[in-house]
Amino acid sequence: MDAILFLTFAAIAVACAINLVLQTHPISSALSLVGVMTSLAVLYLLLGGSFIAAVQVIVYAGAIMVLFIFVIMLLNTQGERTQPKKNVLPIAIALPLLFSLIGVLAAIVATQVPAGEIVKFGTFSGGDPLTFGRAMFTRYLLPFEVTSVLILIAIVGAVVLAKKEI
Amino acid sequence: MNFYIISLVKAGITAGVLLTFCAYLVWIERKVLAHIQLRPGPYRVGPHGLLQPLSDLIKLMTKEGVIPANVHTFFYLFAPFLAVALALISIVVIPFGPEFSILGVTTGLGLTDLNIGILLVLAVSSLGVYAIALGGWASNSKYSLMGGLRSAAQMISYELPMALAIVSPLLLLNTLNFREMVVAQEGFALGFIPRWTVFAGPVPQVFSFIIFMIAVFAETNRVPFDLPEAETELVAGFHTEYSSLMFAAFFTAEYANIITVCSVATALFLGGWQPLWPAAYGSNFVPPLIIGLAGLMLLYHGSQALKSRRWDRFSFPAIGVIFLGLAGLFFVPVLQPVLIPFFWFASKLLVLIFVFIWVRGTLPRFRYDQLMKFAWTFLFPAALINLLITGLVVALTS
Repeated sequence: MDAILFLTFAAIAVACAINLVLQTHPISSALSLVGVMTSLAVLYLLLGGSFIAAVQVIVYAGAIMVLFIFVIMLLNTQGERTQPKKNVLPIAIALPLLFSLIGVLAAIVATQVPAGEIVKFGTFSGGDPLTFGRAMFTRYLLPFEVTSVLILIAIVGAVVLAKKEI
Repeated sequence: MNFYIISLVKAGITAGVLLTFCAYLVWIERKVLAHIQLRPGPYRVGPHGLLQPLSDLIKLMTKEGVIPANVHTFFYLFAPFLAVALALISIVVIPFGPEFSILGVTTGLGLTDLNIGILLVLAVSSLGVYAIALGGWASNSKYSLMGGLRSAAQMISYELPMALAIVSPLLLLNTLNFREMVVAQEGFALGFIPRWTVFAGPVPQVFSFIIFMIAVFAETNRVPFDLPEAETELVAGFHTEYSSLMFAAFFTAEYANIITVCSVATALFLGGWQPLWPAAYGSNFVPPLIIGLAGLMLLYHGSQALKSRRWDRFSFPAIGVIFLGLAGLFFVPVLQPVLIPFFWFASKLLVLIFVFIWVRGTLPRFRYDQLMKFAWTFLFPAALINLLITGLVVALTS
């Protein structure tokens, strides 16, 4: 059952990711990204990270991507109109390079990565909000606070850059 | 295997009841609004217009579903589907009553018992904005687009105070699971004040409750925050171009969302299925008393029927006897532990839904800049201060 769910949602995630690149219309691409994020949330859920799964949907799919879509709708952009290119040279170079990259990666994974334990679904139980919060506010308190300050600086910077006069 | 069968049966019952209730919510809303405005409301189809939802459904189903030219067909068709699907999902985490045993099977009155229940509600409600925004955008009409944009901005803005208002009672209840929340609100302070988060605890959560209710009015696009569908400015807002069943889907989604948020408020602030006062003082006799009195009134009015309405002589006593039978059900020992908690849950839910309709009949619509100003300069700081005070008190007392 877990394996079927994993394969289904992994396939949806990959299909949405490919669709994201292939679509010419910005809204279609943005919604494909939402599809990727929600199916990733299901994968987190399968691995036992229920809190991360919920936060993934709330923050990424529910807040950030809504802003993306909002901006795209405001700008009212049309689909990209590309002329069909007759040039074969980029494809002729790119395809062998892609396959050689895949081959090199496969060779590295096969030889360098040690054989670890097989992942089993449902064995990890530290993903509930209680353990998550405890780890974040005790052991990882400093990285957490540093990241939040960094994000605050980024927000203030964005406002300063966007507004010429304050 | 047993688990799947029970889940399927419960899901079927819940979906049927929820969708029927959505349809009748339209009737209730029209009736209450009509009585606020001194009109009789729907009256022609069935007794007191009770079959009106059925005729509305037939009308919507048999209408031609027009797909206008120049719409983005895929998203145009996808948006109403998404709206109704997301609106129906959240109900799975709401517990309607305590656990009970029937035919040797012990199960909870409610679909699932999720550990991250309230996070699921927040996640689904934050996805709900896509349906409206997409529907507005894909229609390729300026009114629809304006409605969709307004809705997206409004829902993002009001999600913050809503989430902050939810956090304060969670600090007191110490769980994200709805069933555990309701169990934590069991019991009575001084023997008669219920320990609901809105009354009791170290800090009564009255302000959280008010902020939550204001925010969910905006989240469900209801008056006074119904700018996405402001008919005086935008024809019908984001669903201007929709017809037939696709329009019905948006309509159902709106009412299902109201039911969901009212259930969340009931479980989070009003003690879910816990009674208003202890069973020792006779709270168990309230439901049969109310329903039985209604039955007796019907019997009396049946005997006093007008000459011009001869059928009342038969229909009133018949319905009265049904009501008396329902009141009798509350005394059956097997059903009592299910029906009485469910009665309390349903009555709190209906009171909150009545408030929604009451506000619609009373308040005018906000202007758009007032709406944003209200969210960011009043509601958000108020929710933050409320959260800080609650957190401080919880930290000092625990």
